[in-house]
Amino acid sequence: MNTVYLVCVVVLTAAAVLTLARVTMGPTMLDRSVALDVLISIVICGLAVEAAWNQHLFTLPTLLVLALLGFTGSVSVARYIRGFDDIEDEEDGA
Amino acid sequence: MTTFFDVVAAICMITGSLLALVAAIGQVRMPDLLSRTHPATKPQVLGLGLVLLGVALRLREPEAFGLLALVIIFQLVTSPVASHMIGRAAVRTDNRGEERLVVDELSEDRPQGRADEGDVPDQR
Repeated sequence: MNTVYLVCVVVLTAAAVLTLARVTMGPTMLDRSVALDVLISIVICGLAVEAAWNQHLFTLPTLLVLALLGFTGSVSVARYIRGFDDIEDEEDGA
Repeated sequence: MTTFFDVVAAICMITGSLLALVAAIGQVRMPDLLSRTHPATKPQVLGLGLVLLGVALRLREPEAFGLLALVIIFQLVTSPVASHMIGRAAVRTDNRGEERLVVDELSEDRPQGRADEGDVPDQR
C-alpha cells in the first residue's frame, strides 16, 4: 500500500509543478485563475492521500474549506476583471 | 474483504492522480484560455471524485464518507459555475483566441467593435 501512496504523491507533485509553470507563464489573469483552480484541486487530492496514508481524519474539514475557497476565488477574479491585462502586450502597443 | 477494498482504493487513487497529471499537462500544452478550461475540469470532477472515493474506501469511517461526499458535491456544483464565469470574462475581455475558432456566432451577434467594448465589462 505504501508504494501506491508514493506513486500518487509523485504523480500529484509532477502535476502541481506543471500547473505552477502555467501560473507563472500566464499570460493573463484569467489563465492564472484557471491554473490556480487546478492547483487547488491537486492540493485537495494531495491532502486526501495524506489522510489515507496516515489513517487520520484531521485534514478532511480542510478539504471542504479548500473546495469552497477555490470556487469563490476564481469567480471573484472572473467577476471583477477589467479589460486586457497582458502587460507585455500593452507595452508593444496593442 | 479488507484487501478487496484496499485494492479498489489503490486503483481509484492512482487513476485520480493520473487524471490530475493529464490536466496539468493540458494546462501547459493547450494554446488558449478557452481550451485550457477543458482540461481544468478533469481533476476538479473526475480526478477528485476518484481520489476521494479511494480515500474513503481506505479510511472506512462514517465521518470520512460524509465529509468527502460533501467535498465532491460542492465540486460538482461549483466547477461548472466557475468555468462559465471564466469563459464569460474571457469573451468580454477579448481573450478567446479568435484565430483558432471555427465558428464564432457570438461575435456576429455583437455588431459593435469588440476591441473598444471589451475594456470595461458592463454589469449586466
